[in-house]
Amino acid sequence: MAAAIALVFFYAPLDEDGLNQKIFYFHVPIAFTAYASFAWGGWKALRHLWKRDENADLESYVAIHLGTIFGLLTLVTGSIWAKYRWGHWWVWSEDQLVLFLVLFLFYCAYFMLRYSLPPGPQRANMSAVYALFGVVLIPVSILAIRLSERFIHPVAFDRGGPNMAGSQFFTFCVCVVAWFAVAATLYQLELAGKRLDLRLRELREALQE
Amino acid sequence: MRYFADVGALARKDLLLELRARDTLPAMLLFVVSTLVVFHFVLPADSSDLAATGLLWVALLFTALLGLSRSFAAEREQGVIDGLVLAPSDRSAIWLGKALAILAFLGLAEVIALPAYGLFFKPVDGALVAGVVLANVGIAAVGTLLAAMATASRARELLLPLLFLPLAIPIVIGGVGASVAGDPGRYLGLLGLYDALFAIICWASFEYVVTE
Repeated sequence: MAAAIALVFFYAPLDEDGLNQKIFYFHVPIAFTAYASFAWGGWKALRHLWKRDENADLESYVAIHLGTIFGLLTLVTGSIWAKYRWGHWWVWSEDQLVLFLVLFLFYCAYFMLRYSLPPGPQRANMSAVYALFGVVLIPVSILAIRLSERFIHPVAFDRGGPNMAGSQFFTFCVCVVAWFAVAATLYQLELAGKRLDLRLRELREALQE
Repeated sequence: MRYFADVGALARKDLLLELRARDTLPAMLLFVVSTLVVFHFVLPADSSDLAATGLLWVALLFTALLGLSRSFAAEREQGVIDGLVLAPSDRSAIWLGKALAILAFLGLAEVIALPAYGLFFKPVDGALVAGVVLANVGIAAVGTLLAAMATASRARELLLPLLFLPLAIPIVIGGVGASVAGDPGRYLGLLGLYDALFAIICWASFEYVVTE
């Protein structure tokens, strides 16, 4: 992570945007990490429904929790970028930001659903079904938002491959890897914490009996 | 064929219940017409018809929510859902029967709402009707499953709009696009894709929502 930050500030060449282009190295990898977390949460939800894997419920929840935090970070960094680039904090014609707003609302509803159900197999099932909806909603929303908006977002990847200079692309890759590593560490940490909490509660109940 | 007989019986049960008690459909009709009247006063006098089209979609969406929030009321209050889950048929038949009933309610509400919109704002054209029909399928499919989820939770009716609105954004984009754009084909395609995708996952996952 430290290496990634160092590369961003000292190695990658400036382009015509100047210094605020640097936020690109945070914004886009964070967005990728959020997508990956949501996808991981959806995958774990599918495993829960399909293989009746008891642990998958908690794993899916933790992944989506992380994804929502990274989604919020994407919104914040994205609107900072929009402020410098287009002069407004919020630009409706920016597909990615709108998409993340939709996803953020969707996953907030996921938490509402989860916390208004009593813990148990039914809650696990419903959360899993709703998480699966999210995974299907992402591509449908991308399609819908592209159809609905004018397309002015600077596209970093097109069909001809990455649209960047070599050193920029290298820095970008390092950033993606770094954010993925941060997310994976947080995921493990949170999961361990939740499991410990669950175990502690079980023990406490056992002690009371 | 047993499956379709079950679905038919379940849908008929809901329609008969509505015919006898008449509590959902009149409420939806009154709601959609009064919303349109309110929208007339919301819009400034010189605003365009495009704004009215957008508001029509808001009215339709909230009318659907009104119907959906009542849709599992009988099941919850009388404990019908336990009986249905225990019945020797596929659980997805419950979803399909309920979604068909919701589709019928929505269609009936729109038979009044669209002419009222045509009368108050601007004439209704074919693309708008096609968009509404396709959107109904998506709303009924997703809404029924989410209504079943919301019924099981503590928050109940409060939760349904929160769960439903983020999922309804592609429907709104497709519907509004179909009714205002010059080439409605792409937007109708989006609605069709949405309907097909979400109908399949709702059909496949409903079993997990009602069982443990």
